[in-house]
Amino acid sequence: MSRSPALSVEGACVALGARLVLRDVTFALEPGEFCALIGSNGSGKTTLLRAILGFVPLAAGEIRLEGAAGAPDPIGYVPQKLALDPALPLRARDVVALGLDGARLGISWPSKARNAEVDRMLRAVGAEGFAEQRIGLLSGGQQQRVLVAHALVRRPRLLLLDEPLANLDVRSTAEIVALLRRLSREYGAAVLLSAHDMNPLLSAMDRIVYLANGAAVAGRPEEVVRTEVLSSLYGYHVDVVRVHGRVVVVAAEAGEQIHEAVARDPVHTASVP
Amino acid sequence: MSVLLSAVEFLHNEPVRVALIVGGGAALVCAVVGVATVMQRQSFAGHALADVSSAGGSAAYLLGLNPLLGFLGLAAAAAGVMEWSEIREARERDLLTGVVLGAGLGLAALLLYFASTVHSASGAAVAVLFGSMFTIPAAVVPLALAVALTALTVSALVHRPLLVSALSVDLARAQGIRVRAVSLAHALALALAVSLAAMTVGAILSTALLIGPAAAALRVARRPAAAVALAAAIGLGATWGGIYLAYESFYWTPGRGWPVSFFIVALVFAAYLTAGALAVRWPRRAVGLPSGCEAH
Ligand SMILES: Nc1ncnc2c1ncn2[C@@H]1O[C@H](COP(=O)(O)OP(=O)(O)O)[C@@H](O)[C@H]1O
Ligand SMILES: [Mg+2]
Repeated sequence: MSRSPALSVEGACVALGARLVLRDVTFALEPGEFCALIGSNGSGKTTLLRAILGFVPLAAGEIRLEGAAGAPDPIGYVPQKLALDPALPLRARDVVALGLDGARLGISWPSKARNAEVDRMLRAVGAEGFAEQRIGLLSGGQQQRVLVAHALVRRPRLLLLDEPLANLDVRSTAEIVALLRRLSREYGAAVLLSAHDMNPLLSAMDRIVYLANGAAVAGRPEEVVRTEVLSSLYGYHVDVVRVHGRVVVVAAEAGEQIHEAVARDPVHTASVP
Repeated sequence: MSVLLSAVEFLHNEPVRVALIVGGGAALVCAVVGVATVMQRQSFAGHALADVSSAGGSAAYLLGLNPLLGFLGLAAAAAGVMEWSEIREARERDLLTGVVLGAGLGLAALLLYFASTVHSASGAAVAVLFGSMFTIPAAVVPLALAVALTALTVSALVHRPLLVSALSVDLARAQGIRVRAVSLAHALALALAVSLAAMTVGAILSTALLIGPAAAALRVARRPAAAVALAAAIGLGATWGGIYLAYESFYWTPGRGWPVSFFIVALVFAAYLTAGALAVRWPRRAVGLPSGCEAH
């Protein structure tokens, strides 16, 4: 008997203003699965994550979370591009502690158990070295680690991360991907991570959800990142090309456009699995 | 000996005791609420509430009511309007705040004009705008303490959810925090704090008591609890110190004391400058730079 999925999205439609941003998105995530949500800028990745969080209503379809029968399990969330104020008097450790009990009313009293839990989480993400520093003064990669700890400290079944790799250098990118992969296994949390470039994720992900045209195809990377599959999703012919050890998705029209597509939209590139 | 004598005399004076109690309460509440306000980047809204509340204070003078009720009524109404409008975008919020502020001060101008012509209450304008610490009626004390206690309780209740919202509103919502309710509660605490400050140091100067200690504390504190404690110490120190200096000033220029509000604001400003100097001297402690970076 298989476990119920951590997340299932069925025929989700989302309208923002007069625009139907997501027309028909269907996929499911198993507990502990590591899934990349790939699409170019404006394809609706943020919108889909916000719909899963319940921030935007569905025009049609259904989104179900594991354990929704009783109190739904909390979702861990790392938003896109957080501009953290350097003047905020919050150390990395305070941010993680707020992940644990930030929704509670009243002031917090010192607690050994709480501190131990926060320390454990800081170590798990490799943030113990800058735990005492103000969050707004940390580097992008360090902030990502702290925000991941904030999101994971309540042991959610589902962790959503919106473009956590944007603005990271190559080394930090690889480190964060490896970290998330390891934590999703250790904590049994399904991870859904959006990115416009699938390249750094291909070796790590169990599953891919590829967004284009308001619709999605989901499956294992080798099932999805194929010329026929993506052409049918885009509604016109695209080629999945392997260049210099990367996979590039290009529109098969004039050569000039192909070049432009690759150069301008950084995009649908991926190393060969 | 003479210093001791003057201190005893100071504490035996009824208006001074009322000032110490009500002013101290106002300073404490302003410090606590002020830290949250600065962190929410709502300093300007806090200032606007104070200016609008001056219309309520003026009305109270005109009608002979408890001035705190006047300040409180209008500050709460303005906070309600600004929260109700649900504007999250910073620029539009600033515009609305500016417009509300102007309207409030305009109304105050009219009411103060009536107060001075109809009732020949010529001191009303100075009292409402620049404070009346030594003329607070003792009858106000119970209401002032109740207002202070309510503001502190509300502030303590929403302390943690408000911190998460300051980090990111989306992060707060994902954690199940009802951001609107929390923000409304904070606006209420802000209105209460501002009305206390308006009655003591005056509507115009209340920003100094609300924002000054908090801003000074945030320059050196690294943790929220430390920021609140430091702001409270600065606010209380400046207020009580200011009351003492104003009392003493009766002897400097015989028969003509200096205004309390001046001393309080001057002490707050000095604390702000000192905190800035300390933050420069101990950059590592203040902001937590990695060790080894402070030399550069
Ligand atoms: N409030 C809104 N009203 C109308 N359209 C919106 C709104 N927010 C986003 N959009 C549009 O929805 C589309 C998807 O946006 P988004 O989910 O942010 O994409 P992504 O995260 O993949 O870059 C974009 O074309 C964007 O312009
Ligand atoms: Mg996005």
